[in-house]
Amino acid sequence: MRSLGTFQSRKQATERTAAGTMLVLLAIWPLVFSSNSYWVGYILTQTFAVGIAAASLIFLSAYGGMVSLAQVALYGICGLVLGNLVTSGQAKGLHLGWSPWLAVAAAVGITTAIALLFGAIASRSAGIYFLMITLTFGVIANTFFGSVTTFGGFSGIAGIDTYTPGLVGNHVTQPARLYYIAFTVAIIVYLLIRYIVRTPFGIALQGVRDEPVRMRSLGYNVPLHRTLAFGLAGFMASLAGVLYAWSIGVVAPGTLDLASTVDLLVIAVIGGLARIEGAWLGAFVFFAIQTYVRNVSVPVLGGSFNTIIGFIFLAIVIISPNGLMGLWDMITRYAFGDRGGGSSEPFRELRRIVSDAWFRLKGGAPTRTQSRSETL
Amino acid sequence: MSDYAATVRAQLDPTRILRLLPLGITLAASAFALVWVLFWAPHTNFGPAIDHPDQFFITLLNGIYFAAELFIVASGFALIFGLMRVVNMAHGSFYLLGGFIAYDMQQHMARGGDFFIPSSSINAWEWIVPALVASICIGALGLVVQQVFLRWNLGQDLRQALITIAISVIIADQVITHFHQGLARGLSWPGFIDRFVNLHAFGIQYSLIKLVVTALGVGVGVLLWLWIYRTRTGMIIRAGVDDRQMASALGVNIQKTFAIVFFVGSALAAFGATVVASQGNVATGQDGAWLLNALVVVVVGGMGSIFGAVAGALLYGLVFQFAASYLPTSATEYAVVFTFILLALVLGFRPQGLFGKPG
Repeated sequence: MRSLGTFQSRKQATERTAAGTMLVLLAIWPLVFSSNSYWVGYILTQTFAVGIAAASLIFLSAYGGMVSLAQVALYGICGLVLGNLVTSGQAKGLHLGWSPWLAVAAAVGITTAIALLFGAIASRSAGIYFLMITLTFGVIANTFFGSVTTFGGFSGIAGIDTYTPGLVGNHVTQPARLYYIAFTVAIIVYLLIRYIVRTPFGIALQGVRDEPVRMRSLGYNVPLHRTLAFGLAGFMASLAGVLYAWSIGVVAPGTLDLASTVDLLVIAVIGGLARIEGAWLGAFVFFAIQTYVRNVSVPVLGGSFNTIIGFIFLAIVIISPNGLMGLWDMITRYAFGDRGGGSSEPFRELRRIVSDAWFRLKGGAPTRTQSRSETL
Repeated sequence: MSDYAATVRAQLDPTRILRLLPLGITLAASAFALVWVLFWAPHTNFGPAIDHPDQFFITLLNGIYFAAELFIVASGFALIFGLMRVVNMAHGSFYLLGGFIAYDMQQHMARGGDFFIPSSSINAWEWIVPALVASICIGALGLVVQQVFLRWNLGQDLRQALITIAISVIIADQVITHFHQGLARGLSWPGFIDRFVNLHAFGIQYSLIKLVVTALGVGVGVLLWLWIYRTRTGMIIRAGVDDRQMASALGVNIQKTFAIVFFVGSALAAFGATVVASQGNVATGQDGAWLLNALVVVVVGGMGSIFGAVAGALLYGLVFQFAASYLPTSATEYAVVFTFILLALVLGFRPQGLFGKPG
């Protein structure tokens, strides 16, 4: 018991130090390095923004047991609604020319309402069914905006970045402003999730995740909890959508197509579906790879960035289902000596992997699969 | 008396009314849709069915034809999901790759031109062989994927779905690299079916190809039914669907059955792609569209049931065609909304789908 305590505290201390250093570094980054650099303007801002969407996915998965593939659709919907409301003149879509803040509030509100509707429809399903149903929502949203010319049509709405509030300014000439806003929103979303999962609602949600039948017999409204959680995740995704629209400027049906849906899932899985922090870690890794590996050609097979990301994704899902954060958990446990008894997690994990591989070679199925599927 | 009051109060209970609301909405919406199509339908291309029965029947036949295409592609997906609980997210990529393999095969066999071969210069074999080759190639690919990536993590359905997503990403990118940059390519039907026939009803001239596709869909359905309900392998499949562990405890080699089912399910994706690409084309991006189609069919019909796949394909096909034909011309772009409404209505009543088993 005692050793477990020291392990936890040492791990926590390490994580806090790492997180603190990271935050300070990120806070001074645009001041220290040239603020017009590609990193501030694209990689990190995108990491914060898309990381929020990934965090909403991980929130649903880790605390609600629902893996949603509709988060990209939701942030895309938010971006498109914003584009329709805020642009004016020659822009595509409705170009209503609302004031920026009003348009943002309306876009976030509409997206959250749509998320509640989606959530209500899917709320009586869970697990893999939920994944399939939310994927259909995503693809339907993509098809809808692709075919309906009234809201922008196939090519989407461009120039949203020129209709930002004064506070945000123009992301091309003043990238640091959007950087700090995205940074702040990301931190707020993170703290919001940390807060929600400690509220009675959050605790009940975790009960729904683990024991839906028991929760129902205890008098909890299981579909309602799922719906509300989905609405909340939709709200977070819509914030990501606003930031995305401001930083990229163009939101098109292609923003919410299947490839983008898979990209967000890749981000969440690289980071790890079990811990919220993984969202931004995964987003950072994804955008860094995307930036620096884009021109590397794949040996033997040929192909582009997507083949590489596909193989990375495959490797992570096979080796560490809980992504980089899961890998980190394994490493820290090993490094800080939480090895009491033969049953410590890293060894168990390692043994699982080895025996999985062994069974695969032998050509049988390992019998003990239940615990894994629950952690995922 | 108080009993009566309690009954009345129970019937007027707001939660009860709320629970009956979706039923009421569905019935009202269905009735309205029926009246709209049959008698009203202003500002549409065709006008009400009562005035233009020929257009109505053409739409109906088109719906059934589309349902046949949907069924061929989705039945493989449903089969795999039903037995193994594997959501094969690579089904769309298998479809895409299968379509391109069939196209290349037909080009290789016919040597007519390098882009589009007129169907008059295609004979039956030059369609059947590409369809079979593509089906076998994709079936083999599916088998490899199942053996290497899905055999050892049985029961971890989310992880398996993620693995198939990773594979679909890789395949989709490889298709762009190795098959005509993933640009649209169409196969050609054999010349002798590429004509219109007189149906002797309302003077309709209807495409023989579409009738053949419908027949192919029915044929695939009948063969699957015979296989699953009239053979020993099918018996094992049904036993596995009901209780996998019990079946293997009784000495059934369930792993062999898994392999067979994955082969057939993947091959059906390629066969469906050949059919669809002969009518239209195959191009990058259709992997997502056909994954969606398979998902809608399976979600509406019920996961993992052949009858569910039939019902889902018919409902989706008909709703899709009628929405496209009987919406006012100014609103046809909203046709996709009806797919969503269909999905929402079915899930509102039966989260497990029409023919799915609860749990």
